[in-house]
Amino acid sequence: MTDRPAGPAPSPVLRVQHLRVAYPIRSSVMLRRVGEIVAVSDVTFDVGPGETVGLVGESGSGKSTIARAVIGLVAATAGSIEFEGRDITRYGPQQLKAVRRDMQMVFQDPYASLNPRLTVRDQIAECWRVHRGQLPRAHWTDEAKQLMERVGLNPDYSDRYPHQFSGGQRQRICIARALALRPKLIICDEAVSALDVSVQAQVLNLLADLQDEFGLSYLFISHDLSVIEHLSDRVLVLNKGEVVEEGAVRQIFADPRDAYTRALLAAVPVVRPWLESPT
Amino acid sequence: MSQSTPVALEKSVPPDAPLLSVQNLQVEFSTSAGVVRALDGVSFDVRRGETIAILGESGSGKSVTAQAIMALLPRPAGSIVGGSIRYADRDLVTLPAKDVRRLCGTEIAMIFQDPLSSLNPVFRVGWQIAEPFRRRLGIDKRQALAKALELLDRVGIPDAERRIRDYPHQFSGGQRQRIMIAMAIALEPKLLIADEPTTALDVTVQSQVMKLLANLQAETGMGMILISHDLGVVADVAKRAAIMYAGRIVEAGTIREVYDHPAHPYTRGLLESIPSTTVIGERLTPIPGGPPNLLALPTGCAFHPRCPHAIDRCRDEIPQLRRPDGWEPTHVAACFRSEEVLAHD
Repeated sequence: MTDRPAGPAPSPVLRVQHLRVAYPIRSSVMLRRVGEIVAVSDVTFDVGPGETVGLVGESGSGKSTIARAVIGLVAATAGSIEFEGRDITRYGPQQLKAVRRDMQMVFQDPYASLNPRLTVRDQIAECWRVHRGQLPRAHWTDEAKQLMERVGLNPDYSDRYPHQFSGGQRQRICIARALALRPKLIICDEAVSALDVSVQAQVLNLLADLQDEFGLSYLFISHDLSVIEHLSDRVLVLNKGEVVEEGAVRQIFADPRDAYTRALLAAVPVVRPWLESPT
Repeated sequence: MSQSTPVALEKSVPPDAPLLSVQNLQVEFSTSAGVVRALDGVSFDVRRGETIAILGESGSGKSVTAQAIMALLPRPAGSIVGGSIRYADRDLVTLPAKDVRRLCGTEIAMIFQDPLSSLNPVFRVGWQIAEPFRRRLGIDKRQALAKALELLDRVGIPDAERRIRDYPHQFSGGQRQRIMIAMAIALEPKLLIADEPTTALDVTVQSQVMKLLANLQAETGMGMILISHDLGVVADVAKRAAIMYAGRIVEAGTIREVYDHPAHPYTRGLLESIPSTTVIGERLTPIPGGPPNLLALPTGCAFHPRCPHAIDRCRDEIPQLRRPDGWEPTHVAACFRSEEVLAHD
């Protein structure tokens, strides 16, 4: 367990510099490269220890591509990704495996990201099976149950399968699994978007508590500006693969400079529009 | 627009009578695990030119309500087991499904959450929008296409003249939903049911589509039922709201009254769960627990296991909708403890 950093400008957990990701367009028969679609062009940001950085944008803005590039699911076309001071941009599968011990991901659809044929206990223990030497086998069951308890699941249900849980509970399983290796950074790609609002609030509170407890950093990706506003310390607003505005969450939401950010904020539905002053 | 709207039913309806009146609607689904009561005594009215929002989380029964009205309940699992759906002096519950569908093609229209799966991928959009004119009104192909073009213009598809020959996949998500709306309003329905019409869309597109719906309604004077899980999206457009939980309406009233003075603890919990209504960095106040399993509903009030105000009575007795003294005339809630909930303001 680490304390939140007190000193100024601690070295970042994640440093992304001039990241560019382009997907090739290939011809239909010969699969020749005939062009490319630039999903992300020149994106630069840091995530400090214990910090939550929000990536917000509409579909096609490149926010998920950034997440996939950071964790090594797609290759960066240019630029660099540093994790804890190491340049991981060109890492191979074996090296990436070691990196992913400290960097985990939680996806939007918890059901699709859980193995339907594994019990919750096995689901969580798989992390220790893959990353050998992290935890002796004899402790797997106890530790899995402790993690379940920590994310608000009844540890007596450790022998149940994913389909026996509700959507919110499944997302808690995914979070427990992401925590199993005590990572430094968790990437949440639309992690609460599929949840009902009352359950979503529970999971947001859980993520905040876990951050305090474990000193986690979050790279939090969402299309939902109110979720981003609630959870993030800093925000990057993306449009068509580029960062159009970046800053502290309060500043961006109170005083957006960029025209696109303003349009985005203006479109967010207001729960009680009659309370807004007519401007 | 077409002037050939069917008028046969007009004279039988008094001017201020509700367009659609749902009374005590009960829907059951038979599943392998047992019979599920998906709707249990749902009642509401929709008047001409009025928008009512039906709000709730997944499994609350909001979409089943729409399916029951449109005779789209999955067969044979789902069926209406009680209550009535009165539209223009007829009870849609007793009407054969085939007649309800005919009515739904012309006077009651519906748009769904996912426009891509509601459009036929192998036909040009112009052809699809023209279809109701040809099928229902027997207008010839050239005229029907001209009307389709008019509609595409009206729902804000740029360069409609060229795009009328495009296929659904060539449009963006927001444009596809506009095309769905064009098809829905083609025959000038009296009632439009929109089931999560903007849930699959980006926020900027969402606000455009909601504006379009509001404008079309103002122009045509149709009644509208907006179904959503998002309390914010409907707030600008709907005048009245009904909050559903576990197959029942637990609170209803004007949207301002319901949002500003929620009288049911569930409504209150929903509003407090929304991140934007909380100050940044503060903890949210979620509703504890999860939505109930319809196969094993709690006794009494279905919300009582999650309710901070629950008393013994809530465990034994199902609360009915009621309006205590001093509330706005239309504001009702199904809670024994509404006075205490309101006193919390």
